[in-house]
Amino acid sequence: MATTTTANGVAAETPRRAFVRAWWIWAALAILALLPFIGGKTGLISNYGFLQLSLMIVYAIAVLGLILLTGFNGQISLGHGAFFAVGAYTAAVLIDQANWPYWATLPVAAIMCFIVGYVFGLPALRLDGHYLALATFALAVAVPQFLKYRHFEWFTNGVQGINIFKPDPPFGLPVSSDQWMYLIVLATAAVMFWLAHNLLDSRTGRAMMAIRDHSMAASTMGINVAHYKTVVFGISALYTGVAGALHAIIFEFVAPDSFRFELSIAILVGAVVGGIASLPGAVIGGVFVQVIEKYADALTKKISAAVHLPLDLEPWTIYGIALILLMYIMPMGIAGGAAQLWRRIRGS
Amino acid sequence: MTQTTRRLLLTGVGMLALALAAAPASAQKKYDEGATDTEIKIGNTNPYSGNASAYGTIGKTIDAYFKMVNEQGGINGRKVNFISYDDGYAPPKTVEMVRKLVEEDKVLFVFQTLGTPPNTAIHKYMNAKKVPHLFVATGASKWGNPKEFPWTMGFQPDYVTEAVIYAKHILANVKDPKIGVLMQNDDYGKDYFNGFKQGLGKDADKLIVQLSTYEVTDPTVDSQMIQLKNSGANVFFNITTPKFAAQAIRKAAEIGWKPAHYLNNVSASIGTVMKPAGFENGQGSITAYYIKDPTDPQFANDKDMAEWKAFMGKYYPTGNLQDSSNAYGYAVSSLLHVVLKQCGDNLTRENVMKQAASIKGVQLPMVLDGIKANTSATDFYPLQSVRLARFKGEKWELFGEIISNEAASQ
Repeated sequence: MATTTTANGVAAETPRRAFVRAWWIWAALAILALLPFIGGKTGLISNYGFLQLSLMIVYAIAVLGLILLTGFNGQISLGHGAFFAVGAYTAAVLIDQANWPYWATLPVAAIMCFIVGYVFGLPALRLDGHYLALATFALAVAVPQFLKYRHFEWFTNGVQGINIFKPDPPFGLPVSSDQWMYLIVLATAAVMFWLAHNLLDSRTGRAMMAIRDHSMAASTMGINVAHYKTVVFGISALYTGVAGALHAIIFEFVAPDSFRFELSIAILVGAVVGGIASLPGAVIGGVFVQVIEKYADALTKKISAAVHLPLDLEPWTIYGIALILLMYIMPMGIAGGAAQLWRRIRGS
Repeated sequence: MTQTTRRLLLTGVGMLALALAAAPASAQKKYDEGATDTEIKIGNTNPYSGNASAYGTIGKTIDAYFKMVNEQGGINGRKVNFISYDDGYAPPKTVEMVRKLVEEDKVLFVFQTLGTPPNTAIHKYMNAKKVPHLFVATGASKWGNPKEFPWTMGFQPDYVTEAVIYAKHILANVKDPKIGVLMQNDDYGKDYFNGFKQGLGKDADKLIVQLSTYEVTDPTVDSQMIQLKNSGANVFFNITTPKFAAQAIRKAAEIGWKPAHYLNNVSASIGTVMKPAGFENGQGSITAYYIKDPTDPQFANDKDMAEWKAFMGKYYPTGNLQDSSNAYGYAVSSLLHVVLKQCGDNLTRENVMKQAASIKGVQLPMVLDGIKANTSATDFYPLQSVRLARFKGEKWELFGEIISNEAASQ
């Protein structure tokens, strides 16, 4: 129900409002793009800080992939970590074994993941709802094991993973390699979001949403449901795969343990927390995945030390509490909740 | 009036600034990031959670050791700030945490990062950044390669050395050996295995009748143990980390397999391996030792042991006095203590590395008497000797002489 209204909101937007919103997006993008030149020079943000920012954007792209699938097409996936892994390994193996330049690996990772997603989608999409969720979950559990498989070790390097090196900035630009990769990631994300926005705004996008809302009605209207579902699954995998490839390049390291099924859950949680049927929700979700994952542990320790709790809090306690609160207060995710709040303030 | 005051103030401030700027130069103090007149910042990662969390106690011991050092006035007047993060023995997490240590916390060097896979993941990074990567907590033979990796140094006797010693012992003591090997499938496991084959000589492939492997993320090694038993092996070389070692010993007893058992030193701990495995199941096992086991009665009146126990009681009271990992942490911390003392006021990364490579015949506390730490510009393996021990009752009993293997220093 809730998702429908948001989606309708996007579709019913007048051109003028779209332009106003676009203006804000351009401003935000410009500020983000200038960060390396401001933050880097003044030492306000360390290279490690830029890595963190890049990771947030990468996860935002991954979450966007899932949002396209779940939020706009109504298919549930618990296995997007698998596509993330395929993208990451495609990039890492090409750089490590074939000495490819990093930028050339992105389209290959994209195509690779589209194919994997499409092929996996063919049989899996005969499954509905919960069964599809389980099938994708199995994929997420299986992929790390495949990467460790003894006879693939000559190119996956087994459990040890692959070390690659971050490229230096070209043309003698006055930025560090972390800052340069941040700019690359930002630009890629901008393109990916723009493409997603256009896709949703097209006939295809409307067909996707029609299938989500009522697949029988959609098929009566002449939409080829199976075809659309499979292609959307492929596109969704493509998005997440590109995120995986970017992750490998900026992180300079891939190993099977980076892509345990917890990653799939993290992407799903990011999508739900951000707002399952909203593009800005993907950005919020990406930030959430990175921040909560990395700092819930530290925060739990600090809090239990500060209030002298008599019991040892498990590292994930804060994470759990945050999730429960969010689901109660903003059942439509942060983006949905914010939009609702905004409407209430304006009194409409 | 105000004019003069301001001018006076300005001159005063200017002179003060000059004096401050001149001071370090006159005292011949040299610093890199992470070192100041009052502090030395050291980075570390340890598995405080996850499958290998039994080792996490090493990080806690090191932390306690430097608390003690700081209480006693620090090193050359500087306090040690030991920053340790949990990496759960997961290489990706280690990469991220070590980047945080180097780039955000700006530590002078990284010390005792634990585990072969985690250290492998950061090996190139540390050397590209030229940040010392000292006394890593793994015995893989690759940490002593100053030509290619001049910023990385090992600590304990390396796995190849140890495995060669077991192989020779098997050949000399077991009649008609048929060997089954259980191996963790990573560089650590393969290092042992290669050393073992080297020690067995040209018949190695005939002597080893079964090689079973597991991944560090596996829940159990039960099926591997059944496989090994069914192979008909009468010797079992156990290349596993503590949790799996305990599982393997217990399972072997459960299924009634009684081979001659050789356990790698990595899992020789009584508290975390032999006890959970069941003492009765581990009788007669053989391992190699270089650390004084706190449970061994022959050290009951040892001076080191008394000092270590006093240290544990005061600075790490929750630590297990049976766990030799805590003795290990104490020994490796005191080696670092020696190196930092040698550095004096020249705390550059280059000098830290230089001093680490100039250790001459140091007898570390809690290391077996006679096993001395030695390094040079071409020898990046501080400890290189062991003694064999056999499990009897509830403890390891040392037997035989100190054995060194020169093959390791090539």
